[in-house]
Amino acid sequence: MITTFLDVVQRNNLVAGFAVIGAIVWVSYLLSNRLTRGRIHGSAIAIFGGLVLAWVGGAVTGGERGLADVPVFGGIAILGGAMLRDFAIVATAYGVDPTEMKKAGVSGAVSLLLGVVGSFAVGAVVAWSFGYRDAVSVTTIGAGAATFIVGPVTGAALGASSDVIALSIAAGLAKAILVMIGTPFAARFIGLDNPQTAMVYGGLMGTTSGVAGGLAATDPKLVPYGAMTATFYTGLGCLLCPSVLFLAVRAIFG
Amino acid sequence: MVIYGVALLAFCTIAGLYVGDLLGIAIGVQANVGGVGFAMLLAIVGSNWLKRRDGITSPTEQGIAFWNAIYIPVVVAMAAQQNVVAALSSGLVAILAGVLAVVACAALVPTVDRLSQKQPAAAARAELVQ
Repeated sequence: MITTFLDVVQRNNLVAGFAVIGAIVWVSYLLSNRLTRGRIHGSAIAIFGGLVLAWVGGAVTGGERGLADVPVFGGIAILGGAMLRDFAIVATAYGVDPTEMKKAGVSGAVSLLLGVVGSFAVGAVVAWSFGYRDAVSVTTIGAGAATFIVGPVTGAALGASSDVIALSIAAGLAKAILVMIGTPFAARFIGLDNPQTAMVYGGLMGTTSGVAGGLAATDPKLVPYGAMTATFYTGLGCLLCPSVLFLAVRAIFG
Repeated sequence: MVIYGVALLAFCTIAGLYVGDLLGIAIGVQANVGGVGFAMLLAIVGSNWLKRRDGITSPTEQGIAFWNAIYIPVVVAMAAQQNVVAALSSGLVAILAGVLAVVACAALVPTVDRLSQKQPAAAARAELVQ
């Protein structure tokens, strides 16, 4: 009987995914109301819960896709995959105020440039202080501190070794996860409560999944503004890291 | 019709991602450059244009509103399939690089924010003068 049930679940994995995620969200809002009296937003707890389950899934299966590697939960890979993520982000654009966007024009562009170069510099310094001395490795790890896509794209372009590329992905992943969890807590200190600041935040942080998740947990109304700038970040990073920034690193480290 | 709203979103998403891919090829990087951003711009412009023409009816709006509301569950599902084990076990260098990058950039937010916040204040004064 149980095998039949699991079989049905696996054959209808996307539908089952809706049920699983619905249950996670329900439990999270319950915890938010009962334990924190709504002080920690339910969606923040749900996102954190998702990450914990991803850790459990990864630890149990040894796979790379967290909970989605457990066959019964395979639908989560579709539901939370790039296709539906992008589709849902575009849906948040409905109701965006175009005049708010124009206001953030200058600082949005500055935040993108500062975000890529700043993250890269921090990542490169960390790599250097941990004993990496060749320009290719330092650049790749620095690029990983931008996003987990910029890292491997840069590493592949420069011919970095696979363990350095893996490190760069992990750096970007650590960043995305921290942004998801930390945004609601940091919001108060950096004035993140309006569309313009959300656009600056998206440009400085860059990780689309991190920014979108973090803003969803802070104030869902801010999601489209942050996602709007963040979506340009990875492209800019892939443009700057293997070229200008690599040359800069090579000029410094020789 | 609800499907009109969903179809409008689908059209905007595909068109935006296509532009992003083309832009990536044009500047020679192996990534989609701002695809979702272009898609969002299209969705904003498209929905405003339809609204002005009275073209968006309530069911059409529901088709968009559903996906707008399902966004957070999608993010939860996205979180549930991150490679958290790898991120935690990859050693200090990766975690430090990621964490310090976040801290440094978060600290810059108020400074960069001020670049533009002067403009609306100036614009508001201009309106008062008029």
